[in-house]
Amino acid sequence: MSEDTAPPQVDEASPIDYLAVQGGSEFRELRRKLRRFVFPLAAAFLAWFLLYVLLGAYAHDFMAIPLLGMNIGLWFGLLQFVSTFAITTAYVMYTNRKIDPLAESIRADLEAQAASHNGGEA
Amino acid sequence: MNGTLSVLAQPATIVKSVGAAEQSPVLNISIFLLFVAVTMVIVIRASRNSRTAADFYAGGRSFTGRQNGLAIAGDYLSAASFLGICGAIAVNGYDGFLYSIGFLVAWLVALLLVAELMRNTAKFTMADVLSFRLKERPVRMAASITTLAVTFFYLLAQMAGAGGLVSLLLGVDDSLGQSLVVAVVGLVMILYVLIGGMKGTTWVQIIKAALLILGAGAMTIWVLALKGFNFAAVLEAAVNNPENTNGDAILVPGIQYGAMPIDFVSLALALVLGTAGLPHVLMRFYTVPTAKAARQSVVWAIWLIGIFYLFTLVLGYGAGAFVGPETITSAPGGVNSAAPLLAAELGGPVLLGFISAVAFATILAVVAGLTITASASFAHDIYTNVIKKGQVTQKKEVRVARYTTIVIGIVAIAGGIGVQGQNVAFLVALAFAVAASANLPTILFSLFWKRFTTRGALWSMIGGLIAAVGLIALSPVISGQPNSMFGDGVDFAIYPLSNPGIISIPVGFLLAWLGSITDKTVESPVRAAEMEVRELTGYGAEPPVKH
Repeated sequence: MSEDTAPPQVDEASPIDYLAVQGGSEFRELRRKLRRFVFPLAAAFLAWFLLYVLLGAYAHDFMAIPLLGMNIGLWFGLLQFVSTFAITTAYVMYTNRKIDPLAESIRADLEAQAASHNGGEA
Repeated sequence: MNGTLSVLAQPATIVKSVGAAEQSPVLNISIFLLFVAVTMVIVIRASRNSRTAADFYAGGRSFTGRQNGLAIAGDYLSAASFLGICGAIAVNGYDGFLYSIGFLVAWLVALLLVAELMRNTAKFTMADVLSFRLKERPVRMAASITTLAVTFFYLLAQMAGAGGLVSLLLGVDDSLGQSLVVAVVGLVMILYVLIGGMKGTTWVQIIKAALLILGAGAMTIWVLALKGFNFAAVLEAAVNNPENTNGDAILVPGIQYGAMPIDFVSLALALVLGTAGLPHVLMRFYTVPTAKAARQSVVWAIWLIGIFYLFTLVLGYGAGAFVGPETITSAPGGVNSAAPLLAAELGGPVLLGFISAVAFATILAVVAGLTITASASFAHDIYTNVIKKGQVTQKKEVRVARYTTIVIGIVAIAGGIGVQGQNVAFLVALAFAVAASANLPTILFSLFWKRFTTRGALWSMIGGLIAAVGLIALSPVISGQPNSMFGDGVDFAIYPLSNPGIISIPVGFLLAWLGSITDKTVESPVRAAEMEVRELTGYGAEPPVKH
């Protein structure tokens, strides 16, 4: 089995030591920055959505309380839209500022390494 | 209880009523044929440069983030979203709205955790990612089975919906006529995919999404304008419509799900976790050149889908206000007829014809997307990598994908005709449940968890699939109730809910973990490092095709 696990493209003796890259400080920084942002955010929006679903399923009277011309349920539902749009925007801003430059710098390094290894071919 | 999601998967009740008299089938058919003609020209033009596997499966990876975002919306906003949710809100009030929120919030899972990392590590299919650092052949096989299962359930529901829509939109009531329309839908879809591949399919979805969102937007503004642009006044008019027997209750949850709230929680879990595991959604991330473009596509998709669901909220209550729940449920097509009847009420036969044609276009675009996903999974995963162990030319693989497209098209047509008169409304919910239970755990673990192993992946995919399908088989949707698939004559329903997610999703995650920690074989740390480096940096990601 083990012969056919690796797709052909890696067999051409990859010039890159992925274990070293993975252990490098720059890469660890990238991973930490990404995970520190997306994991809590994912947990938060799932909890927020679940709260809404549970209230919608079990707390009909609460959802029926009138509020600003509608009721709490409708406002709560609309807030789910607002929070979804807000999280989307926050994620884009964060990745543009903090993630992309770091990822691009590592990628450029790797491409340079690969190019120098392949000599003039690439 | 699955009513909303795929009411349109239910064969339309054949009731003559006021609604039918207002429509003009000839006009509806003409507008629809115009859509087919225009899209076909575009598909043929798009296919000119299509040669490689990356062209066929991934549209040459040359779409922009915005184009792909529109296509994702076109793929995702099925007729169930449009007709089903409008109708559910019009008839059952708030509960239809709950649905749409699950569909939308689900996109955050795709945005934050899945889309970019998938784009960086895979070529064409979900299995590409999963098999990156695990044992290739068993994992590919399992991933392909769950992919085919999800797409088959989804496809069958869409085809059944096409049959049901016919009586509603074209005034064709007899089963021969409905079968004929299902066959035509299937054939047009096969042509789109065969001729245009992913590029053609994407353009069909883009055009359809634009028409659908513009049409729904125009109707929304119209409805609001009639009430002085005051949404609260629309709600009040819906409550005060003489046909509304529920009074204020239509503005709060409970009319549809009140009897079995846990079932709704189960469904909500499947919706929010299933979307990022739907193979036809995942495949759309490969049609753009970079991970950044994949991110932009999801951002566009979230805005478009979110705004669209806000439209359906207005349209649903608008239909409740201006048409009335009684008139809607007694019209051909039942609950699904809310949006078309509202269109007729607002803009007469022309707007009705336009909305009807858009509804049809919706089914076409969605089935085309599903078909190309299933054929890619079969040709790329099973045929090329499992059976032939990768020793196949691209040309041959694409040829196999084309044959598969024809086979899937025929199966879809036969299935769509076969399930007429059957209650298959549970199929879309089942597709989401399988995606959440069998696909998502493996995707997340293989992207984020170092110790994940082949056994974990296999247990999770196969176990999640069996749990979801098994629970449905033992649920009241299949047996024991008057509206079950087998009626109430047979009763083997030992699972009380009609949505398996609340059990099957934890099962999928648990098996992924359990399989991994009990697995003594060590997966290659080098491959794992390579995958992580590539997924986060985009190094070595598949480039767009240059022509």
